[in-house]
Amino acid sequence: MEASPVENLDTFDKRPLLKILKKYAKKKGILIPLLQETQKIYGYLPRLALVQISEATNTDISQVYGVATFYAQFRLAPVGKHLIRVCHGTACHVSGATRITEVCEEEFDIKDGETSKDLKFTLESVACLGCCSLAPVMTVDDNTYGRLTDREVRKVVEKLKK
Amino acid sequence: MAVSNNGKSKIIVGMASCGIAAGAQEVFDSLAKHIAEMKLDVELTKTGCIGACYREPLIEIKTAQIPSVIYGDMTVKRVKQLLEQHLVNGQIISEWAVVGEGIQTSEQDLFENQRRIVLRNAGEINPENIHDYVERDGYKAIQKVLKDFKAEDVIAEIKNSGIRGRGGAGFSTGLKWQFARQSESNEKYIICNGDEGDPGAFMDRSIMEGDPHSVLEGMLIAGYAIGAQQGIIYVRAEYPLAVHRLEIAIQQARERGFLGKKILGSKFSFNIILKLGAGAFVCGEETALIASVEGKRGMPRLRPPFPAVRGLWDKPTNINNVETYANIPWIILKGAKEFASLGTEKSKGTKVFALAGKIKRGGMVEVPMGMSLRDVIYKIGGGIKDDKEFKAVQLGGPSGGCVPESLLDTPVDYDSLTKTGAIMGSGGMVVMDDRTCMVDVSKFFLKFTQEESCGKCTFCRIGTKRMLEILERITEGKGQPEDIEKLESLAEYIKQGSLCGLGQTAPNPVLTTIQYFREEYEAHIHQKKCPAKSCRELIEYRVIPDNCTGCMLCARVCPVDAISGAKKEIHYIDPEICTHCGACYDACKFDAIDILTGVLEDEAKTA
Repeated sequence: MEASPVENLDTFDKRPLLKILKKYAKKKGILIPLLQETQKIYGYLPRLALVQISEATNTDISQVYGVATFYAQFRLAPVGKHLIRVCHGTACHVSGATRITEVCEEEFDIKDGETSKDLKFTLESVACLGCCSLAPVMTVDDNTYGRLTDREVRKVVEKLKK
Repeated sequence: MAVSNNGKSKIIVGMASCGIAAGAQEVFDSLAKHIAEMKLDVELTKTGCIGACYREPLIEIKTAQIPSVIYGDMTVKRVKQLLEQHLVNGQIISEWAVVGEGIQTSEQDLFENQRRIVLRNAGEINPENIHDYVERDGYKAIQKVLKDFKAEDVIAEIKNSGIRGRGGAGFSTGLKWQFARQSESNEKYIICNGDEGDPGAFMDRSIMEGDPHSVLEGMLIAGYAIGAQQGIIYVRAEYPLAVHRLEIAIQQARERGFLGKKILGSKFSFNIILKLGAGAFVCGEETALIASVEGKRGMPRLRPPFPAVRGLWDKPTNINNVETYANIPWIILKGAKEFASLGTEKSKGTKVFALAGKIKRGGMVEVPMGMSLRDVIYKIGGGIKDDKEFKAVQLGGPSGGCVPESLLDTPVDYDSLTKTGAIMGSGGMVVMDDRTCMVDVSKFFLKFTQEESCGKCTFCRIGTKRMLEILERITEGKGQPEDIEKLESLAEYIKQGSLCGLGQTAPNPVLTTIQYFREEYEAHIHQKKCPAKSCRELIEYRVIPDNCTGCMLCARVCPVDAISGAKKEIHYIDPEICTHCGACYDACKFDAIDILTGVLEDEAKTA
């Protein structure tokens, strides 16, 4: 996983984080939900937030970092305004998911796993979204698109870019 | 399948994740709008997965005159006509219908060959309304248990039913409960494993989205049986709708007194909370799942001690999967005997499968154990998409294997499927046709397990990586003569040197494809050919001059401008530029693009 960008202590707003820390920090087995909540606030896990969580929960920072890097859901770098996830489950794979990712790479001019420089789009592959009968499938934020073809993908992208 | 209580007509929209993805929400909104405009006296409601996913969005209409018709491929455009014809004029639009009482469609046999226990409420209830579940005998099983059963009686009943864990391994559920019961502790846990991680499987998602209360009730009964007071459902974070509906269900069950302290006036107290997974396939393994619930990296540990003895927070814990719990209320209400009358000698009851891939009718099906794979695929699934040739069916995801045509008469039960080298698994069934390359499929699964290996065991961590490298070079035409033997020996080491199911079964997709499709591996290695014409480095696209009309469509879609030729002139694909993406092949309307494999080898020979 890539290292988090250097964050500025002065601009990092830790107030929302302190609020949830106050609520949860003393409960047992709370680390993963805490990280999930933190990511909801900032869109990713800022380094300073990990330090805060480590202190508040009395957990070694190495352990917090270990959990944050173990699970696919957590990111250590900011994510684009729109998150595009292409499903690469078995059904999607045999129905041409590789091509869907390629079309997205062409259209957004970023590689799989990258975020565009203007922080507008992040492109990811996911293991399975569970909509196998609509394969190939992708999601843009909360919307799911199924039975995709090159053309369909380009249509979705065009709408998004507007 | 009755009309609603007051005799009012009813329209039910299938709104599971895939329905919504296909446009069910728009259809629902349009129905609501037109019903209001036309001032129709009809109840509009939603349900979970109806099962015929290939025809999503689906709606069912029930009226006093026409008991039930399910329409498929619904669009906003069709809504008005459907309401006018079916509801106002009482005429069925049979071209749009999937199945219906009193009409004949080509898909009528879809449900006829199924036996629905787990899916008993699928498509019948609104999962966000506890009232619907209660009306269909919901929470009657826990009432019966609290009134008439001692904990030991429940365990005996579950044991007698013969049900085995539906998560994949197939261990006896009754025995599992008995072990947890026998462990002495004043604190015990019930965990529901909803971390459905197999790519190509969506049964548990559909159950949690479509009938969440059946899972809660199953957990309640398990809690009573082993003496636990706390239940935890561990759900994949990628299933937001399942999480949402479970939250609603838990809330409603609490309000009704089915969860909480002294349930229904008894001495039994039980609560359920949700824990969201964070994206790690290995957490489907029970000890890894427990570590994850405790807030740690989800890494498995050595068993014994089994979770029944020492599980969550070192307390006795019972873990079953979603489908297993959903079976429990039915077993209690109908009796172990009735359940055991279904299935084979050692595999009782039914199994839910997610049919996907190159199959005509992809969707959720439930069949009695013992039905042949052929019947599931052809009788229920309708056969292969576009009437292509069947090649293999993949069962059990990354832990399973590919079963060839010659073994299609294998009955669906734990032991027979294990004999083929595949496994029952959680129920993903992905059908493949002659355009699917089996080496590529095994590479696909190995890439998955290699990425998901937690890294604890060396053989799993490094061995899968080495196997993947070999598979990659084979599909790139750089395979070496001894590669197959190397794969086989690595597979053996990984199986023996891994602690948990992930590593122990990771080589299965490779081993089964070598066993049944060895000639495909050999073609890749020795002739540099991909018989399925799928591996990019081994194929070439060429224009068939006789078919090309010079329409320029292919040239327009080519992402790298490899295609030249003016309008009405025969086009040419420059092999130096072409990246073999296949966009031209998909775009061409005149079958004028050919895919060749092993071209360079053949040409070298004739030169």
